[in-house]
Amino acid sequence: MRRITLTVNGHPEMADVPDGMTLLEFLRDRLVLTGAKEGCGIGECGACTVLVNGRAIASCLMLAVEADGCEVQTVEGETEDGKLSVLQQAFIDAGAVQCGFCTPGMIMSARGLLLQTLDPTDEEIVEAVAGNLCRCTGYEAIIAAIRSAADTLREGSGS
Amino acid sequence: MTRPLKVVGQPIGRADAIDKVTGNARYVHDWSEPGMLHAALVLSPHAAARIVGIDSDAARRIPGVRAILTGEDLDVLLGLYMQDKRILARGVVRHQGEAVVAVAADNLDIARQACNEIEVTYDPIEPVLDPAVALRPDAPLVHPDLDSYEHMRGVFFPEPGTNIAHHQKIRKGDFDSAFASADLRLTLTFDNPPVQHVPMETHAAIGKAHPEGRAEIWTSSQSPYTVRHLLSACFGLSHGDVRVHVPYVGGGFGGKAGLGLEPLVYVLSRAATGRPVKLVATREQEFNTLPSRQGLHSTIELGASRDGKLTAFKATYHWDAGAYADYGVNIGRAAAYAGAGPYSIDNCWIDSQVIYTNKVFGTAFRGFGHLEVLWGVERAIDQMAHQLGMDPADFRRLNLLKDGDITITGEAFTSGHGDPTGCLDAVARAIDWATPSTPSENPDLVRGKGLAMLHKAPAMPTYTSCSTIIKLDEDGGADVLISGVDYGQGTYTVLRQIAAEELRIPIERVRITWECDTAFSPYDWQTVASRFAYMGGNAIIEAAADCLRQVRVVASKVFGVPVDRIVCANGQASVADAPEKRLSYAQLALGYTYENGNSIGGPVIGHGRFIAQGLTHLDPKTGQGRPAQYWTYGAHAVEIEVDTRTGELRVCKIASALDAGKVLNPKLVVGQVVGGVVQGLGSALWEGFRFDKQGRLLNPSFVDYKIPTAKDIPDRMEQIFLETPQPGGPYGARGVAEHPMISVPSAIGNALTDALGIEFHTLPLTPERILLAIRSHEEGTA
Repeated sequence: MRRITLTVNGHPEMADVPDGMTLLEFLRDRLVLTGAKEGCGIGECGACTVLVNGRAIASCLMLAVEADGCEVQTVEGETEDGKLSVLQQAFIDAGAVQCGFCTPGMIMSARGLLLQTLDPTDEEIVEAVAGNLCRCTGYEAIIAAIRSAADTLREGSGS
Repeated sequence: MTRPLKVVGQPIGRADAIDKVTGNARYVHDWSEPGMLHAALVLSPHAAARIVGIDSDAARRIPGVRAILTGEDLDVLLGLYMQDKRILARGVVRHQGEAVVAVAADNLDIARQACNEIEVTYDPIEPVLDPAVALRPDAPLVHPDLDSYEHMRGVFFPEPGTNIAHHQKIRKGDFDSAFASADLRLTLTFDNPPVQHVPMETHAAIGKAHPEGRAEIWTSSQSPYTVRHLLSACFGLSHGDVRVHVPYVGGGFGGKAGLGLEPLVYVLSRAATGRPVKLVATREQEFNTLPSRQGLHSTIELGASRDGKLTAFKATYHWDAGAYADYGVNIGRAAAYAGAGPYSIDNCWIDSQVIYTNKVFGTAFRGFGHLEVLWGVERAIDQMAHQLGMDPADFRRLNLLKDGDITITGEAFTSGHGDPTGCLDAVARAIDWATPSTPSENPDLVRGKGLAMLHKAPAMPTYTSCSTIIKLDEDGGADVLISGVDYGQGTYTVLRQIAAEELRIPIERVRITWECDTAFSPYDWQTVASRFAYMGGNAIIEAAADCLRQVRVVASKVFGVPVDRIVCANGQASVADAPEKRLSYAQLALGYTYENGNSIGGPVIGHGRFIAQGLTHLDPKTGQGRPAQYWTYGAHAVEIEVDTRTGELRVCKIASALDAGKVLNPKLVVGQVVGGVVQGLGSALWEGFRFDKQGRLLNPSFVDYKIPTAKDIPDRMEQIFLETPQPGGPYGARGVAEHPMISVPSAIGNALTDALGIEFHTLPLTPERILLAIRSHEEGTA
């Protein structure tokens, strides 16, 4: 058991966690942030993607103790005052959501990209979500949604 | 006069999207109940073995272990169409990955630790892995007790003493003499491996056994009422004593139809003094414990006249059911009555046999056997066209079903049933079929074009039905209760459109409750077969009319005019020709109150229902009858590029045409087609189970079993919709959910022949398989 302090979606958190607890388990079971999903548990599907210090990572492969001192963002941190982010709205508008199980991870991978560049190439968009499996949409609408969000953000409206 | 449509046909966004982009959507994966235990499984390492002994003493001593169950504790057989499966293996295991022992404990770590402490002793048996071997008279029997299994009688025909779970026959005309007298003949064989559905949410269920055995289930399922029915039948409970909740579901594709983990979590809860028990399949269990798509070995014989008329068709379909065929028997049936493609054939003979083997078992999968049979049929059609020296599109045009033709089961085809030729023409135009592919400047890259037809009807019992309740709210909005499941396909959004259209209120005023609950949501058979928008849509039209009838009756009393003079529009009931005499739905939803306080009417609640119309069982000897509520026709055309150095295949363009009858929501239907095409691409290029000689699954993970990623999609995808109105369909619509993935492999296979001059007969078309074929072709022609 170890004590960790970290920031999750802007809120300070302190907890005693078992050494073997993954960040995903910490987020879902301790903080009841169930947006991040476990689709495989071994880092192969991307459903558990969250941002740690601004980088998209598979939270099922990271231990909670490794997140000590880090800033973590989950899909629940995308909305501000109950208002959807540009990225979330773009997913809705593009028809990029079907069953929705991959969607939180997909949005966090996209957010990780948009934190690096608001002018991504098509290749960069595809690369950013290449580790996020989706069985419903065929990806085309997801790629379009990220492109559209980047365009809107580059033009400087919203977050 | 028909009213112009205001909401139906519009590109309305999906109602559930906000919950899903915010993480607010709760799946069973996310669900917990107070006092909930977690379950883990001990799986069989053998494909076939006798269970000699199970020692769970050490596991029982672990603190926090609340229940341990084996098959010896559970003497019941389960199944939808064929009751051949136990909750846990009893006496024997029939496939690697089969659940043998289940543990419920305070948390998952303890449950898994307990599983590790359980010693199961097996006496391995030689497994039967190849359906051809399973058919031999001396083959070991996967189910020696087949003669005692309950099944849907008159529909399925198991052959006790063999490994045949069902034999579907289709007989029309005289194949033998037509084939003998044909100008051209060919006989070809084709193979499809078993594949996995890969829903991103694995199977998950929570069970609670209430006092006196009442069951409450939360499940990631396509089938709330079917789960309820089968649980009640299995455990001798009244239907009302089984309550099934289905919240958001993370994908299904057929794999969550019928019965899954629900009986197991229920008996675990019963054994753990009624505490709720949750079981979430690991991804590996999703591959080798939960069901997959059946494999298929096809033999197809075609006879044609020199002028291009298909005169004789024979197919032998050997389905590799795996260890259980509770659902698979119906795939063998449905794919047989569709098993000659959408063609007019006077002389047809099909034997479709569903064969037990010692592999993970099959179930429904989007397309329900049609992708598999049409892989062979549409490849064979191309090869016959080449033999005839005809253009494959022209050969198809000549033979596609047309007005007045009779299908292979004796149904009369009329142009009102859809337009297969129109679909073919549309994709041929979209791919510029008449013009050969432009050669690449790089000589290692070769290009080709191919096309293929598809068709499918809902495969369902003759009595399949659906019902709905619409409640008007105090503010004049409406709540729709329905128990079909929207697991991503978008049906709820479409049904919401239909409710808004028929109630004549804005779509924002219509709500569909996302959690199905058999205690409140009215009956629906199950959400499979691309029949929910059709049946649910018709039920909603009837329920909305029932609501408006109640509204009109009260308004007519208030205004003292006959009911037929009341018209409903824009959320109001008014007197025809006197629009100033009007009441809002809000004033009528709970009943109307006069100024003096007297009240009339009461809360407005409408109900609607729909049951399949005119379907019949098929004749056991000939397969003749009426199996289809409607047929949906379509076609794909592709252009591909193959790297002859690596065998890698790229889809430059795919055009898909479907005769939807009526596009109810152009935005959502495009999403269905793109998603289906890419799923079909997975079956075409990468997906397939691999087993070792002992029958162990070698690729139960995403590293070893590749599904399409964002990097793998075609360069361009085009969707075309024809709208030949479906008689009896809501606004003329018919189902299109499964169809986009059917025949994607066939079109790609045909394009490969165009590009390379090599015929492929086995899926998937991996770079390895393509490269080896190129090499052996070069050696053969050198």
